[in-house]
Amino acid sequence: MSEVYDILIVGAGPGGLTAGIYGSRGRLKTAIIEKGRPGGQAATTMEMENYPGFYKEASGPEIMDEFLAHAKHFGTEVIKGQVTDLDLQGEVKKITTKSGETYQGRTVVLSPGATPRTLGVKGEGPLRGKGVSYCATCDADFFEDLDVVVVGNGDAAIEEAMYLTKFAETVTIIVIHDEGVLDCNKMSAEKAMKNPKIKWIWNSVLDEIQGEELVEGVNVKNIKTDEITNLEVNGVFVFIGSVPNTDFLEGKVALDKQGYIITNDRCETDIPGVYAVGDARVKFLRQVVTAAADGAIAAVCAERFLEGHVEGRVTPELLSKLNK
Amino acid sequence: MIELSKENFDAEVLEAEGLVFVDFWSPKCEPCMALMPEVIAFAEKNAGRAKFCKLDTAGNRRLAIAQKVMGLPTLVFYKGGEKVFSFDKEAIEEGGMAAVEAKLEELLA
Repeated sequence: MSEVYDILIVGAGPGGLTAGIYGSRGRLKTAIIEKGRPGGQAATTMEMENYPGFYKEASGPEIMDEFLAHAKHFGTEVIKGQVTDLDLQGEVKKITTKSGETYQGRTVVLSPGATPRTLGVKGEGPLRGKGVSYCATCDADFFEDLDVVVVGNGDAAIEEAMYLTKFAETVTIIVIHDEGVLDCNKMSAEKAMKNPKIKWIWNSVLDEIQGEELVEGVNVKNIKTDEITNLEVNGVFVFIGSVPNTDFLEGKVALDKQGYIITNDRCETDIPGVYAVGDARVKFLRQVVTAAADGAIAAVCAERFLEGHVEGRVTPELLSKLNK
Repeated sequence: MIELSKENFDAEVLEAEGLVFVDFWSPKCEPCMALMPEVIAFAEKNAGRAKFCKLDTAGNRRLAIAQKVMGLPTLVFYKGGEKVFSFDKEAIEEGGMAAVEAKLEELLA
């Protein structure tokens, strides 16, 4: 553990990888610690049409492979490990992984990302991996010629529903809003409305998932009439937002009530030299493009910090404002 | 690790006497690909103590569904041809391969 990195990044999603690109191009000794495969949630999203420059049949995994290659090209190291402990105080910050390795950095960029939110309904837990899924790219193949429901109506829900129509016989989307009202972007909404394999159930929520060893059906509840309808389906895909992967950061940096890392618009946390980027930080729009932007900002701030120019951080005033 | 398919699944798993471990995976499944090196290391470390196999579900969809696997990755232990324990994606993320290793020890005890 003698080596000291200039920038030590936790998590190799789009935010962390971009911080790697900017850091290593700035000739800073930069490493990313990643527990799984680089790419974050974006690497499990097949339909991705909104990252600038990639619109011709680009997929999330492909775009993320390019991000990774780009970071490595300029010299970013990728270390495999799951971070279990951090000591962020002091000039040299220490990060320990599950295997007992300790890494040192003069600055730290936190990019832990987020995990899909679960529904919390009866049957969901026991039937995970048996028809209940949070990852269309992982599991869509199983549902060839079968019927599935999708819960949610944001960008991810509608775009993954469209991907599922390539496999499933029917894809029924359960939407909590009034007929025609979707939270996703207008272009995806228009495409989905025209897709003959997609059916809609409005003003409704998923109430229960049934099945012995595999999913056999669901109960859908109309929130206006309280009426419950049973549907025979083989799969339930849940896309209802995400929760930040910040449990391991509790007591290390300031988090808001939902667990998101509090930063200012320069991605600075409440600790000097520690930055947060991507889906795990408090922000308005969680997209690959905004995670990448965060990564660039954090790396440049880290560079300035290392040069002794700026020692910015989230002030107690901002913290108390955000915590209200 | 033994590569399974519909041709050899019955012989290698369901008709096998001892403990058999099966990794249900697919090349399209990013979490599976991330996990694969650890699964291979686990199999190598415990070689000879159980039979270690993997099944690419991409060409063996019906076989996986018949084994009640409809989500990836899934790691399953079979004993005497009967499914005795399975780890789904969330369970693997929660406990890591350490939990799978502990289960192996428990089943061998």
